[in-house]
Amino acid sequence: MFKTSRKKPEKLIDENDVRLDGRKLNEMRPVKIEVGVLGNADGSAYIEQGKNKILAAVYGPKEVHPKHLALPDRAVLRCRYHMAPFSVEERKSPAPSRRELELSKVIRESLEPSIFTEYYPRTSIDLFIEVLQADGGTRCAGITVASVALADAGIPMRDLVSACAAGKVEGRLVLDLTDVEDKGGEADMPLAYMPNVNSITLLQMDGMLTGEEFEQVINLALDGCKQSGLTQKEALRSKYVTAKEAEAEKEEAGEE
Amino acid sequence: MSSTMTSRVRQKRISQLISRGKRLDGRELTDYREVQVEAGLIERAEGSARVRLGKTEVLVGVKFEMGEPFPDTPNEGVLTVNAELVPLASPTFEPGPPDENSIELARIVDRGIRESKTIATEELCIEPGKKVFVVFVDVYVLNHDGNLIDASCLAALAALLNTKMFNYEVKEGEVKIKPGYKPLPIRNYPVAVTLAKINDKLVVDPGLEEEQVMDARLTITVEKDGKICAVQKGGYGYFSAQQVFEASKIAQQKAEEQRKLVVRE
Repeated sequence: MFKTSRKKPEKLIDENDVRLDGRKLNEMRPVKIEVGVLGNADGSAYIEQGKNKILAAVYGPKEVHPKHLALPDRAVLRCRYHMAPFSVEERKSPAPSRRELELSKVIRESLEPSIFTEYYPRTSIDLFIEVLQADGGTRCAGITVASVALADAGIPMRDLVSACAAGKVEGRLVLDLTDVEDKGGEADMPLAYMPNVNSITLLQMDGMLTGEEFEQVINLALDGCKQSGLTQKEALRSKYVTAKEAEAEKEEAGEE
Repeated sequence: MSSTMTSRVRQKRISQLISRGKRLDGRELTDYREVQVEAGLIERAEGSARVRLGKTEVLVGVKFEMGEPFPDTPNEGVLTVNAELVPLASPTFEPGPPDENSIELARIVDRGIRESKTIATEELCIEPGKKVFVVFVDVYVLNHDGNLIDASCLAALAALLNTKMFNYEVKEGEVKIKPGYKPLPIRNYPVAVTLAKINDKLVVDPGLEEEQVMDARLTITVEKDGKICAVQKGGYGYFSAQQVFEASKIAQQKAEEQRKLVVRE
């Protein structure tokens, strides 16, 4: 009856399997994580993944307000995922959208399995994720950086949670989709993973995949998570090992 | 029994039974509860359906409005899904604005319908870029006894299949309603299958008590050709990759069975 005028912006993948930003199909965007970036927070971290720029801060374990939310046998993890009004092309209203509320919930559920919440009954651990600039895959980058912030806050954890999305764009399976790839592609699957305990803690998908592709995309996303995991550990190491070495040097200098 | 808390003894019993491949209500691990689908109960709505899944009961109504299309899809109608966890459905549901549970439920239902392109939205355009039909799918939970997701998705599909559009003509930019109806153009039949992980086993269609015992849940929405069109993990636990693969195979099989309850071709 009517013809749709929905056009993909351009070809997202060229004939040599090179993507718009020059990446290969199974290549992640460069990830940079910095630890301990905020003065007031008990733990904090900042991530850049391509054009994504995201801050995470952890406050707690601390007393729960309002008090009736406290749990007698463990800490409550509270999580807020929020996007800055200037983080996207068209200004986003700062009021939390339905999407942000859903993401806050799934992010909380992706991180809670990693935390020994039973060590801190009747307390809350408050986690804030602020997306300063978004370019696809912000929930995954948000989880990755939040897990580092939790570690920076000294909260005991089973493992770091690393997250990465994979999907299908123009018939090909790709890792770490950007915003245009997500919008113009056929499927997007964000996944969060604890590598040392082989546990998937977040799994969502929208799009269209056959059963076979579904398994391949999961495996691709798992590879991405493992790569993010290395960057997470490196970031933590560089903060704490450097701090420790500096202290040791100071002591040595003092002895002389 | 109006209590929503399951005693520790009972929780343990549920979990132990499941580890032996059995369930408290006698179902197999991959069995659904009895499903009843009734379409067209609300005459005022353009489409409606009620699904009973065991004691879980969900009513879905479909209404139309005229509105503006999204700028990136000027020739397509708009789909809006909303879910209400009405306080009469459970002692744990509070009145007030939608909480994260009802938002998640609505977004899972929405994703299944949207990603499988169930509604031929390009046929809902009145004037490109200016006027289109907005399809409101309102999920109304009437009784909560577990697995609201699958019941809501099934009820939404049944309601859409039951939906009638009025005939209209456009005269000098004005929409005139003409007598008679035609069915809403439907192209796909997505069905959600939810599996709970209890005691490291996968259990299809968890009831309320099983939901209180489960570590995590995984919802896989499968469209008519067996492709997967939406996935959502929920709950504080986790799945291994192997379990996810296993779940997707069970879901593909179960979705086909469930679809037959709603779609009679």
